[in-house]
Amino acid sequence: MKFSILVNEGPYTHEASDAAFQFVKAALAKGHEIYRVFFYHDGVNNGTRLTVPPQDDRNIVKRWSELAAQHKLDLVVCIAAAQRRGLMDKSEAKRNGKDADNIAPGFRISGLGQLIEAGIQADRLVVFGA
Amino acid sequence: MKTLLHTVNKSPFDNGTLQACLKFARRGSAVLLIEDGVYAAARDTAVSKQVQEALKSVSIYALKPDVEARGMQDRVMDGVRLVDYEGFVDLVAQHKAVQSWV
Amino acid sequence: MSEENAGGVAKKFLYVNRKAPYGTIYALESLEVVLIGAAFEQDVSLAFLDDGVYQLLKGQDTKGLEVKNFSPTFGALEDYDVTKLYVEEEALQARGLSAADLVVPVEVVSAQRMAEIMAGQDVILNF
Repeated sequence: MKFSILVNEGPYTHEASDAAFQFVKAALAKGHEIYRVFFYHDGVNNGTRLTVPPQDDRNIVKRWSELAAQHKLDLVVCIAAAQRRGLMDKSEAKRNGKDADNIAPGFRISGLGQLIEAGIQADRLVVFGA
Repeated sequence: MKTLLHTVNKSPFDNGTLQACLKFARRGSAVLLIEDGVYAAARDTAVSKQVQEALKSVSIYALKPDVEARGMQDRVMDGVRLVDYEGFVDLVAQHKAVQSWV
Repeated sequence: MSEENAGGVAKKFLYVNRKAPYGTIYALESLEVVLIGAAFEQDVSLAFLDDGVYQLLKGQDTKGLEVKNFSPTFGALEDYDVTKLYVEEEALQARGLSAADLVVPVEVVSAQRMAEIMAGQDVILNF
């Protein structure tokens, strides 16, 4: 089966990102396909490479990047939500006259249409939020 | 399966989300308690009766890793089935769609 | 009833709104998804439950807060062919409201009917 995932909250503050990550891992272990993981609202903050979490706890951003690399996952950060919250890739930073970008490896910025498409193309869409 | 899977991630004591879910969960559908929602699976609480009543029309599951993280593993009421994340995946696959009560 | 689109049969998308406006961003950002989503010609419905009914209340004046008043956007939904707006009856009653207090025409439904509507969906988005 093809799954699409929507993550509505950022790392650490809510359990949503952890829950989504564990769900994706389990789905992959069962041989399912992850069509897309879409990050919306504060969920875009899962895509910043600037976090330095404590060494004795999980590194949420890094493990999303690693899982994405390992399984060729499509991790999409909503552009509108990202702009509101200061999540930029190089081209967005340039386009908006910002002096830095902060997107983590494995994530890409795109429009809300990608969320709708994720719902259309997958067999199931699962939402993780607050 | 033609019914929905509902997920509830809030504690029933702090929030009306569980009540909202049970109000709209139709007979034969499934409710999966995750994150802080697993507290609703406990015996002998102010909401246990309501949950037991709900068990007559819907299947209720609780996510085991969330139950264990919260030290609630010896307090789960009869009738609520524990599943791991692979079980969560199976529940999603088996049901028509997911209604996440966030 | 389903509509054909380029990719095949349209899916039934339900957007569930349970949160009040302004206190959090969920109401505004979920409406943004509805607007973008309208271009995909799916079979779209919006459900308003619990505090979500407050999103539709007439007379929102946000000048004092210096935040954008997005309630007029609900009036534009019709232009996007998003016309199925369901409001749960008890949610209105519990808040001392009626359909006449809302900025757009809606269908007020019982909890049972709302549950039926939910159960018939292919994709359910919650924010």
